[in-house]
Amino acid sequence: MRAYILRRLLALGPTLLFASLIVFLAVRLIPGDVIDLMLSQNDISTGQDRERLAAALGLDQPMPTQYLRWVGHALTGDLGRSLWQNTPVTEQILDRLPISFELGLLALVIALTFAIPIGVYSAIRQDTVGDYLTRSFSILMLAMPSFWLGTLVMVFPSVWWRWSPPLEYVAFFENPLANLSQMIVPAIILGLAMSAVTMRMTRTMMLEVLRQDYIRTARAKGLSEWLVVTRHALRNGLIPVVTLVGLQAPLLIGGAVIMEQIFVIPGMGLLLLEAVSQRDYPIISGVFLVVGLSVLLINLAVDLSYGLLDPNVRYR
Amino acid sequence: MAVADPQVELVGPSRRERGRVADFVVRLFRDKPLGAAGGTVFMLFLIAGALAGLLAPRGINDIDLVNRFHPPSWEFLLGTDRLGRDMLSRILFGARLSVIVGFCAAGLSTVISVVLGGLSGYLGGRFDMAVQRLVDAWMVFPGLVLLIVVISVVGPGLTQIIVVLALLYGVGGSRIIRGSVVSAREHTYIHAAQSLGAGTPFILWRHILPNIMPVIIVLFTTRVGACILSEAGLAFLGLGIPPPAPTWGSMLSGSARTYMYLGPWLALIPGICLTVVVYSINVFGDALRDLLDPRMRGIR
Repeated sequence: MRAYILRRLLALGPTLLFASLIVFLAVRLIPGDVIDLMLSQNDISTGQDRERLAAALGLDQPMPTQYLRWVGHALTGDLGRSLWQNTPVTEQILDRLPISFELGLLALVIALTFAIPIGVYSAIRQDTVGDYLTRSFSILMLAMPSFWLGTLVMVFPSVWWRWSPPLEYVAFFENPLANLSQMIVPAIILGLAMSAVTMRMTRTMMLEVLRQDYIRTARAKGLSEWLVVTRHALRNGLIPVVTLVGLQAPLLIGGAVIMEQIFVIPGMGLLLLEAVSQRDYPIISGVFLVVGLSVLLINLAVDLSYGLLDPNVRYR
Repeated sequence: MAVADPQVELVGPSRRERGRVADFVVRLFRDKPLGAAGGTVFMLFLIAGALAGLLAPRGINDIDLVNRFHPPSWEFLLGTDRLGRDMLSRILFGARLSVIVGFCAAGLSTVISVVLGGLSGYLGGRFDMAVQRLVDAWMVFPGLVLLIVVISVVGPGLTQIIVVLALLYGVGGSRIIRGSVVSAREHTYIHAAQSLGAGTPFILWRHILPNIMPVIIVLFTTRVGACILSEAGLAFLGLGIPPPAPTWGSMLSGSARTYMYLGPWLALIPGICLTVVVYSINVFGDALRDLLDPRMRGIR
């Protein structure tokens, strides 16, 4: 087990290397000069400003030096300073990260509480009306853009009942109830979108597992259908679903950007969008890096959790 | 070898090919009615986009301040917006933009997937290792976040969006292509071709490509829907094709949202169009996959 974890961590190395290169190059190797772009955006263009800006960004150094310096700083937790507020990027991200994390976690919980029972139901009652209804619903949820659902939730209750979701952010530890009442609507929308895929996967896996011999054996032993489904089938059927949840982490984070924008939740997504509108490159690459890192860690956690779910998985 | 049977060569393939396509369409309508319906709706949407110039009753930027916020009626079938612009016309031209983005980005992304996945899967070895680690790293970043970051640097615009979407989906999709190439590579006739001295490009083109065609078709179909949705998401965030281009996403975006309280249909129509189009492509893609390549079931 320890060897497996160690090997998994070592395998992270190349992925991290490439990922950091992507982050680094995304902002620096694009056609056109970042500094020109910034100067033209910010209405300052004397030669001196140009040089100062280049030096401040470290852009006067050769590319490999820049990269090494950036990675070196990033490893010590220093992601540079915001070009506008001149505050450390790491500090800003750490302020925003818990908020996005809360939204993501809520959405995940909602998604799973919907998706797994409905997926199992759909599989047990294969080809019945209920099965068709839930399946159509899940494909529909895949097609419906979450930003549209969010827009509808903002517009229609206010047109009909003069009610709109609370838009002033309250921290969880300040007032948990007010915080949750603000988070719950975007979390439901995000969760529903995510539950569609999970529901389909749960159904497919359950159908496959329910045809296995050991299920027939369990039934033949006279076990109740409930026990067969929950103890024997679900546990095995859930393994690919867990992988899928890991694979959906990027989707969750991406969707959160849009939800944070609609519902004015000051998380990482909003930070990114603000930085984009101000062309604040240190923040953009900082958020980009942290998001990538989170996805990597989530997937690692998912891989390691197999052992808990499936006794067949021995970490070799 | 090609002239071994001139008669077959002359009349055979094209007629046989046509017969196969017709057979396939018949099977699609018989076995997968929902998928066939999706395909039909999708075709209608294509035609509407292509003929937007003929079908639109008014110009997309014709401002008519007398008829601002006119609800849907016989005169304005889908109502008008805050400047009195006809929504039906804007929706039709929006369909055209969606078609262009969807097809170009999905097409280009499929090419990228096929080249990258094909080479990686067929050549194997160190090249494969390096490419796959790069793909791993690429897939760590959420699509939308990657799009936002890159568009923020290159600036919004039709070409930029198509290229960035193509890269985003192309690199991710190369995994799927690689998988099918790896399994196709092990077929006996590939070994036979290799031992006859056929070169790598020839084998890839003549033997591997036809073999993985079903996967490619399915990949392309699902990508069209994904690209249309992503473009709409970007436009919603104000990073899409700049105004006054009438994209469905920008009709729902922040600046438009302030006016929706006065004209709720402004919020409904573009969203319904997006949902219907993506829904029909998805069910059509599912049906294609079930008929062409049952192994891909469950891949999205």
